[in-house]
Amino acid sequence: MAVTRILTTGTAPNRGENARRNWYRFSRNPLSIIGLTMVILILILAVAAPIIAPHPPSAGKFLNFSMASRAPSAENWCGTDVFGRDILTRVLYGFRFSLMMVVVVLSLVVPVGVFFGLLAGYYRSTWIDTGIMRITDIFVSIPPLVLALAICAVLTPGVFNAMVAVSLMWWPWYTRMVYGVASSLRGEFFVQAAELTGAGKWHILFKEILPNCLSSILTKMSLDAGWVILIGASLSFVGLGAQAPTPDLGSMVAEGSKYLPDQWWISVFPAFGIMLVVLAFNLLGDGIRDMFGTERG
Amino acid sequence: MKFTVLQAGRVLFWIHRKTKEGPAEQPCSARNSMRLVRFLAKRLMHAAFVLIGLSILIFLIARVMPGNPARMAMGPRAPQWAIEKLEKQMYLDRPLPIQYFYWFKSAISGDFGDSLVTKRSVSEDIIEYFPASLELAIYAAVFMGIAGVVLGTVSGWFANTWIDNLVRVIAYIGIVTPSFVFAIFFVLIFSYWLELFPTIGRLSSGIDGPPVITGMVTLDALITGNPAAFWDGLKHIFLPAVSLAMGPMAQEARITRSSLADNAGKDFIAAERACGIPERTIMFKYLLKPSLIPTISIYGLDFASLMGNAFLIELIFNWPGLSRYGMNAILQKDLNAVIAAIMVFGVVFVIVNIAIDLAVERLDPRIRFRTGG
Repeated sequence: MAVTRILTTGTAPNRGENARRNWYRFSRNPLSIIGLTMVILILILAVAAPIIAPHPPSAGKFLNFSMASRAPSAENWCGTDVFGRDILTRVLYGFRFSLMMVVVVLSLVVPVGVFFGLLAGYYRSTWIDTGIMRITDIFVSIPPLVLALAICAVLTPGVFNAMVAVSLMWWPWYTRMVYGVASSLRGEFFVQAAELTGAGKWHILFKEILPNCLSSILTKMSLDAGWVILIGASLSFVGLGAQAPTPDLGSMVAEGSKYLPDQWWISVFPAFGIMLVVLAFNLLGDGIRDMFGTERG
Repeated sequence: MKFTVLQAGRVLFWIHRKTKEGPAEQPCSARNSMRLVRFLAKRLMHAAFVLIGLSILIFLIARVMPGNPARMAMGPRAPQWAIEKLEKQMYLDRPLPIQYFYWFKSAISGDFGDSLVTKRSVSEDIIEYFPASLELAIYAAVFMGIAGVVLGTVSGWFANTWIDNLVRVIAYIGIVTPSFVFAIFFVLIFSYWLELFPTIGRLSSGIDGPPVITGMVTLDALITGNPAAFWDGLKHIFLPAVSLAMGPMAQEARITRSSLADNAGKDFIAAERACGIPERTIMFKYLLKPSLIPTISIYGLDFASLMGNAFLIELIFNWPGLSRYGMNAILQKDLNAVIAAIMVFGVVFVIVNIAIDLAVERLDPRIRFRTGG
């Protein structure tokens, strides 16, 4: 695109102009702005949890049976659990684990998945393509959550191992997506031109093809953030993620569900917490998708 | 008649080769059915390959686990010689590929070893628990398909009105809420507060279950003509099925809505409108059919999330299905059972995907008439 623009107008679009145009497209939809604001707010809440939270000790090992199982009140906005811990505090700290999960999983998955996708796409219909894509076929032939649970089964339960399990099952999806983009870019003129001028394979893969996949990758990353949180919450709900007394939204819901229906606040507020984070990332992701004009899906 | 897996593969390959594009003078219908057979043979070969790969993957995952499976099976106080004997029996003293070979050989004949927890053969357990999961999955899948398409169509029909916005909000809620949260909310509202539905299990204790024919309670009750058990089973299955289906249903509704909107701008719709065909006819006869293609294609992914979430839902509702069995096996590190349960899910998922491809092919002439299949 850049080349045609240089040829027709004599100027390359500068970064500032592109960013402005993207921001304009993004901000057309009020929902995207709401999503962005929510994500930023949750980030601030999570980072500043020790300062903001009404009762920081509740996040760890803390017992106060005189305060146990209080319904939501002016003092404890979301009530307290059976150990007397403030639920609002624990939800705020729970955001930290959810966000950490997103960051760790995506930073493990994206480089690996994208690399194999580029490789398979560029070397299309060679043994590299066949090898990589058949392996991804195997991974996507089983429901993602089932595979994550199975991997968790052989690891000791914990936050880190849950992240490993989710990452192991997630990379093929990036490979498949990048494969689609890369294999269609392979025949484009700018790639052929680079090949003709004798550019190295790594240059072609990372400098020519990769930048053109970035919009799809970014879109998928922002849409996936919500899914990662959902899967992470599901794992910790069944006790394969964060262990007590770590404040994790999924395990808090599981813990609270034992005390239904009388002490509904113990599980309901963490559940709202999960919904809020996932909603924020989904709105943001939809906004980014519309901004890049990527196919709906 | 002895019919081994190898022979089945050979037959598939033969069909695939024989059904190559026939001469053009063949009637269209014959060529189409030929294509269908070829397509099926190709997909089945692919499925076999994928399932073998999956079994290797799961087998490897199960074997990298720290700890000795023989020691786990015998308990901590078993003598060393007994453990060594069991290790020999389970081929644990041999290299991994050979272990896999022996596992594969017995798995093909339906023997997945014994479960450490139930102390029975894993295949027996699976046969016992599978129907309950299947029943739940069928109810959930039907609900998600019908409700998703109806919501999406209603939203598209009343585009940009308050109904459309309402559906959009429902879809967003469905997508951002984990199924276990739906389960807890539904139990809280409908079981505890409104007391409309039971909280756990498949049948109330006061009601005699129908005799086991298919293993699916509602179906068995229907076959044996037992309306009380049928009604009770239906009430028990309602909440788990709906909480399973909510998320995927929202996805379906969104896809249907957006693909309706995309297709509404196409030339053929403008042409039909110009011909004076009533809106209703355009919508239901011409617009809906092509718009359902993305909905059905995404059904596979939605079914995947349904199967995954069943692990949690069956645990919450204490539903005696294969997912709860698998989940307990996972929590107790009962590896034979984990491998077998996951293979069963792999097989079901592969079959569902083939069915979806067939449905899309029926709906989309562009795919149906593409040469080569």
